[in-house]
Amino acid sequence: MLHNLSVGELAERLNSREVSSVELTRHFLARIDRFSPALNALITLTADRALADAAAADLRLGRGERGPLLGIPLIHKDIFCTDGVRTSCGSRMLDNFIAPYDATVVTRLKAAGTVMLGKANMDEFAMGSSNETSYYGPVKNPWNLNKVPGGSSGGSAAAAAARLAPLTTGTDTGGSIRQPAALTGTTGVKPTYGRVSRYGMIAFASSLDQAGVLARSVADAAPALQAMAGFDPRDSTSVDAPVPDYTAALARPLKGLKIGLLREFFVGLEARNAALIHDALKVYQELGATTKEVSLPHLPASVPTYYVVAPAECSSNLSRFDGVRYGYRCENPHDLMDLYKRSRGEGFGAEVKRRIMTGTYVLSAGYFDAYYLKAQRVRRLIVDDFRAAFTQVDLLIGPTTPTPAFDIGAKIDDPVTMYLNDIYTIGANLAGLPGLSLPCGFVDGLPMGLQLIGPHFSEDRLLCAGHGYQLATDWHRRAPQGYE
Amino acid sequence: MADWEVVIGLEIHAQLATKSKIFSGSATAYGAPPNTQADLVDLAYPGVLPVLNGEAVRMAVKFGLAVGAKVAQRSVFARKNYFYPDLPKGYQISQYELPIVAHGTLKIVLDDGAVKTIGITRAHLEEDAGKSLHEGLANASGIDLNRAGTPLLEIVSEPDMRSAKEAVAYMKKIHTLVRYLEICDGNMQEGSFRCDANVSVRPKGREKLGTRAEIKNLNSFRFVEKAIQYEVARQIELIESGGSVVQETRLYDSDKHETRSMRSKEEANDYRYFPDPDLLPVELDQKFIDTVRGTLPELPDDKAARFAQGFALSHYDAGVLSASRELGAYFEATVADLGAEHAKLAANWVMGEVSSALNRDNLDIGAARVSPQQLSALLLRIVDATISGKIAKEVFEAMWSEQKSADAVIEAQGLKQITDSGAIEGVIDAVIAANPKQLAEYRSGKDKLFGFFIGQVQKATGGKANPAQLNELLKAKLSS
Repeated sequence: MLHNLSVGELAERLNSREVSSVELTRHFLARIDRFSPALNALITLTADRALADAAAADLRLGRGERGPLLGIPLIHKDIFCTDGVRTSCGSRMLDNFIAPYDATVVTRLKAAGTVMLGKANMDEFAMGSSNETSYYGPVKNPWNLNKVPGGSSGGSAAAAAARLAPLTTGTDTGGSIRQPAALTGTTGVKPTYGRVSRYGMIAFASSLDQAGVLARSVADAAPALQAMAGFDPRDSTSVDAPVPDYTAALARPLKGLKIGLLREFFVGLEARNAALIHDALKVYQELGATTKEVSLPHLPASVPTYYVVAPAECSSNLSRFDGVRYGYRCENPHDLMDLYKRSRGEGFGAEVKRRIMTGTYVLSAGYFDAYYLKAQRVRRLIVDDFRAAFTQVDLLIGPTTPTPAFDIGAKIDDPVTMYLNDIYTIGANLAGLPGLSLPCGFVDGLPMGLQLIGPHFSEDRLLCAGHGYQLATDWHRRAPQGYE
Repeated sequence: MADWEVVIGLEIHAQLATKSKIFSGSATAYGAPPNTQADLVDLAYPGVLPVLNGEAVRMAVKFGLAVGAKVAQRSVFARKNYFYPDLPKGYQISQYELPIVAHGTLKIVLDDGAVKTIGITRAHLEEDAGKSLHEGLANASGIDLNRAGTPLLEIVSEPDMRSAKEAVAYMKKIHTLVRYLEICDGNMQEGSFRCDANVSVRPKGREKLGTRAEIKNLNSFRFVEKAIQYEVARQIELIESGGSVVQETRLYDSDKHETRSMRSKEEANDYRYFPDPDLLPVELDQKFIDTVRGTLPELPDDKAARFAQGFALSHYDAGVLSASRELGAYFEATVADLGAEHAKLAANWVMGEVSSALNRDNLDIGAARVSPQQLSALLLRIVDATISGKIAKEVFEAMWSEQKSADAVIEAQGLKQITDSGAIEGVIDAVIAANPKQLAEYRSGKDKLFGFFIGQVQKATGGKANPAQLNELLKAKLSS
């Protein structure tokens, strides 16, 4: 069936005109029709536009144009602005917001010939680890509908796992690509901070946010990342450095690769999870890699550091949602203060408000030094830890999450427990490093993720290592029952 | 009653003359219909990001170098967070802990001619906010975001000024400087140049500063002077009647000439400054700074010193003529044709006739209706005694209104000076003959009547008798 083919196989069939982009698009639209209501993976379906884009791609193909993504359908996380299409960011605040422009990520993937099927559900303003904070309701995990798919890119992950699209985009501020990828048995890439433009990606925490891809394999993700990556003059934090050929990099040998086992990630890790990581290490050893244990002593401070830095930035980033120019505005405000208070009070959900309040608090006079500045200092120490580790090894390896997918509702009322879900992913965000999550086995019938973290701009190395693992294993080929 | 000392510091906001905004590509031109110069970045749409305008940085560096300040090789943009409808992002991007310019100085000349050095604490880049509009809207307020994101250089002085006059002198000097540097058009009506004044008083001799009030948004030199004078009097009266000054922000009412409380320190916002993660620190290398240094024009103080020395002008004249680059250039072009030995004559004419004609017609020096070349041609006719200074003023008026050369006017109106001694003597004889009484009085010692005879002769010649010759000949005749 078409939905089980890889992106490379699909491109081949499109290029040979064996299948048209319109046919492919119809196929995935039909799957969305069939599965999305139960999964709640999409906020907005753009079927008409998708078919028009597919027809345009077919014309290009007919003219002899070729490309690894030309005519390939995808789903964008609803955090990316899409011209003329509602861009809600999972919030009531933007339920009525039709973006007047395309995010750079959207522009680039469009230029590569992709066909947007719709906009994926997500935690409100990307704040959450379970997709339960969405104004549009929780997303269900295709592996078990009672379980969360992870978050905040939960809709993207569920859609990729359920084969509703060969590719989905996501964003990762504290693990929002890697954690849902792990929980849904998909492959998720979070690039180096600055590798992909943030222009048009609605900001949560500007110094941590980074766009990436969710797919069923590294080989599928590589061309999408290729299209997204690169300098954008509209994002001052994007980096003007050459982008390697990611697909070509996949074929490099892994022999001699030095892999560091992150000691801190195994403290208190459940034995069954640890066993999966050790199995993966054996795979790597068989492929010719060497492994050694490395320690990042400040890594355990990641979560508290993150929960100062991210809310601080979010409290400021979300100030623009004031009911004045766009988005939700309360009924009949009686004065300016009332307009602000009720528009924001009614437009934002509980988790967003919690983070705005936390962030406002840590930036306030009298608390700034004790929280914000201290967190920045700890962040620097974590960066230094990683730098030191990468003088000894090429890549770091560990679990993506402490547990497999948990029940919907199990943690939503306990923010601290929820926050600890990101304990293994946050470090890479604080240090701006690229990270990759790969399916590496099952615990209690639910997929688990293996995480690789590399030095800045080592996406090619990460993808190569991930691809090597996927050539040697078939965890990434497993489909949730009913979605095969 | 105690003797009070006034302490004033100014925060001047100079709008930088960039074509586009500091963080977006929108135009900065003044007076466009509301919200036509606001793009998605200025409107703070979800997902947009600021990109720093390099031209604004270059201009700030130029200013820093001109005031002998330290230009920071690394400066940082921060967010100043507060809610207001004219501030679309809910924060203003400004520089807080690490400004681009620090520790400069500026010299001002006091009334008694003494020179005083005013410290410039810092100058930093920031974006302006939009404007709220209330006129013509029933039950609503409008927001115009054309000005949102316009680049500003906020120039903060040390509390070094001791009177309203000093504050005005400092502000005028900065005004001159930013226009010299061509980094600000200095248009105060349009708000391109405005200031906040921090004012306090303390008993003379006391080290500790008094509690200050900040008077916001003063957009004319006169308002600065009036507002400070009012505020100083208010504070002294308050203290002397047993009260105390509270730290607060005050507004100046230019109709009533008084300041009013706007908000007190207790109500002040906690701005929650933190480095803007959307912008990288501004890193400037020495080479860039040196390149900018190479583009600095001759600065006002240097020009004034050169005028005073090179043309033997008074410090006052040199100061007036160097008050703007254009005026200085006009003066220099005039002198170039006329010769440096006549610089004082040129100075008097530029500061006198030319300036008053410009004022009368409300023109800038660039639009003067008599060019420096035309003026020097006129002055040359004074020098070569073709016409007198008095006649020259008439010629100048004709040149200004009729756009003719000096020689053409002199020719057409027959204003050429009489330099023929015989002719002048003939008139003198006739005048003496007609005024025997005055002659007798003069000869008996009433020297003042000399002027009377001069007047009579010039009346008879239509003012055309060469004054020097007339003087000499008349003296001889009267005493013979």
